[in-house]
Amino acid sequence: MKVETLTAESAGESTSTLTRVRGAGKAIARTTIFVPADAAALALGADAVAAAIAQEAARHGIAIRLVRNGTRGMVWLEPLVEVVTAQGRIAYGPVAAQDVPGLFAAGFLTGGAHALCLGATDEIPWLARQQRLACRRIGIVDPRSLVDYIACGGGEGLRRARAMAPAAIVDAVTESGLRGRGGAAFPAGIKWRTVLATPAAQKYVVCNADEGDSGTYSDRMLMEGDPFCLLEGMAIAGLAVGATQGYIYVRSEYPHAVDALNAALAGAGDFLGEFRIEVRKGAGSYVCGEETALLESLEGKRGIVRAKPPLPAISGLFGRPTLINNMITLASVPDILARGAAAYRELGCGRSRGTLPFQLAGNIKYGGLVEVPFGLTLRELLYDFGGGSRSGRPLRAVQVGGPLGAYLPASQFDTVLDYEAFAALDGVGAGLGHGGIVAFDDTVDLARQARYAMKFCAIESCGKCTPCRIGSTRGVEVIDRIRAGDTRQIELLQELCETMTQGSLCAMGSMTPIPVLSALRHFPEDFGDKRT
Amino acid sequence: MESLVTVAPIIEAHRLRPGALLPILHEVQDALGFIPPEAVALIARELNLSRAEVHGVISYYAHFRQIAPGRHVVRVCCAEACQAVGGEALAEHARTRLAGSDVTLEPVYCLGLCACGPSLQIDEITLHAQVTPEKFDALIEALEAAT
Repeated sequence: MKVETLTAESAGESTSTLTRVRGAGKAIARTTIFVPADAAALALGADAVAAAIAQEAARHGIAIRLVRNGTRGMVWLEPLVEVVTAQGRIAYGPVAAQDVPGLFAAGFLTGGAHALCLGATDEIPWLARQQRLACRRIGIVDPRSLVDYIACGGGEGLRRARAMAPAAIVDAVTESGLRGRGGAAFPAGIKWRTVLATPAAQKYVVCNADEGDSGTYSDRMLMEGDPFCLLEGMAIAGLAVGATQGYIYVRSEYPHAVDALNAALAGAGDFLGEFRIEVRKGAGSYVCGEETALLESLEGKRGIVRAKPPLPAISGLFGRPTLINNMITLASVPDILARGAAAYRELGCGRSRGTLPFQLAGNIKYGGLVEVPFGLTLRELLYDFGGGSRSGRPLRAVQVGGPLGAYLPASQFDTVLDYEAFAALDGVGAGLGHGGIVAFDDTVDLARQARYAMKFCAIESCGKCTPCRIGSTRGVEVIDRIRAGDTRQIELLQELCETMTQGSLCAMGSMTPIPVLSALRHFPEDFGDKRT
Repeated sequence: MESLVTVAPIIEAHRLRPGALLPILHEVQDALGFIPPEAVALIARELNLSRAEVHGVISYYAHFRQIAPGRHVVRVCCAEACQAVGGEALAEHARTRLAGSDVTLEPVYCLGLCACGPSLQIDEITLHAQVTPEKFDALIEALEAAT
């Protein structure tokens, strides 16, 4: 009996069904087993688990179909192995290679009881409480199989878009209330309309997949786990604005995502119609996540921020009108087209409509991807989903929105997770950013974190504007003096932050003060500040 | 100038692509481990750029190296999510352990493994999560033993 590792597409079947193959002339039931090939799962040993499963199946003479899916997003359970049984998909995790013989002995191919058995995957409360839209297929489909993508509801948005006028597609995006998921939260429909309204022989759609914020990984998970969703979103965007060429700019730190996208493109056939997409790799520059720096980088130059105007929507890549959106923004579009703008708009709170894939990171017990409508509180995410700290110590500070996001003390954990509530926080214009939430326990030194914020800005500043380039280095020096005991320098730090906020060209320099000042405001004791 | 034998066909394959410089630099570094100085002049000439422009791009991006790395490259994540779970101690341990070694240590600012830090990447493709100093030593020993 041969053990085969193959994709659903090559077998011409959907992963949602039990499959049968012909062996020795008669049909034999073949169990489908999912072992994630998501980067986080790989980092936790998924390849060894997959190899052990194939080996053990061969040893027992059992035919299996091994699918390398994305992750369900429950990172603390990775590698999470799923078996397709008559009762649906049953999960086991976290599985180590040495657990595999025991799993076979326990009859896990039919959902047998085992200490690692988590029951039906969809009924795991952490997952069942979520409302996934953009991320609905991650971990469920075979990311390399277009057949599987279509079988799981993919392609419907693009199909509908093809029957619509460009302006009607833009209207749907506008009516959905979708805002840019990269952090700036700019209404997507306005951007789309501007590109549509700018006449040009050549326009571009650019996907910003330069997910540089620490604590964020939703782009990576989607590219690795459901790449066709992004491709579909870009093709819809192309129809809407009149572009035939798309670029996906992926950071070089994500080689597995690059491979997954290229594999999906190779298997896309005529799914995208006339629309062409090319994957381009970044090269380790954080600022290239800023849209104009990204365009410079795509053009083959140093990733230095451009002054705006002109807006990229009018003069972007190679001087052409360019729709540049974050990856999650584009991946949200197929669902909006498929189920209608109203269904998307119905979710969320205030002016933050729809869902956001939050990412629980850092010192958190149950870390992973939580896609929910806007409106939960930070506390609900940290404790109801996250289960508190991984170390077991009290959570002292949480940084929301990446390296340019505020440090929140426990007294602010009841803040509602929507764009406006975070922008209003302490009046510093903090944001939800890309939805990354990094938790720290009570061993954290916030003066050290503030220093790191300045240091990171000094390392990553593109150098074009002085407040960012010089200010960040001065910031490190001033914080060093404060930490050495010279608390009179705190006033200087505040003034420096004011200069950076007001005088910088882009968010790198103007928002670096946010983590610094929030740390100073809420944790003055860490700076030796006794003035309060 | 042996490296130019490698570099020339790479340039040829990409030169007509819009924004060809980064794809060329990536492929050169993937093939040689770094971008040798003699490649700069050739790339500049073929893309009709000045040497300063090509050098400017190489030196701007942290990913591109101008000198050959060690036998292996280990990138340890130094960003906030990993800091929250001992990333700085791991980076410090790595510096001590790899001092004088032919394994190149580089910082990286986020590998997207933020729920299972501290994390690191070996030779750009192999990932490891929840890395303790002990686990780090075992990984390095395996690297060194493999030659």
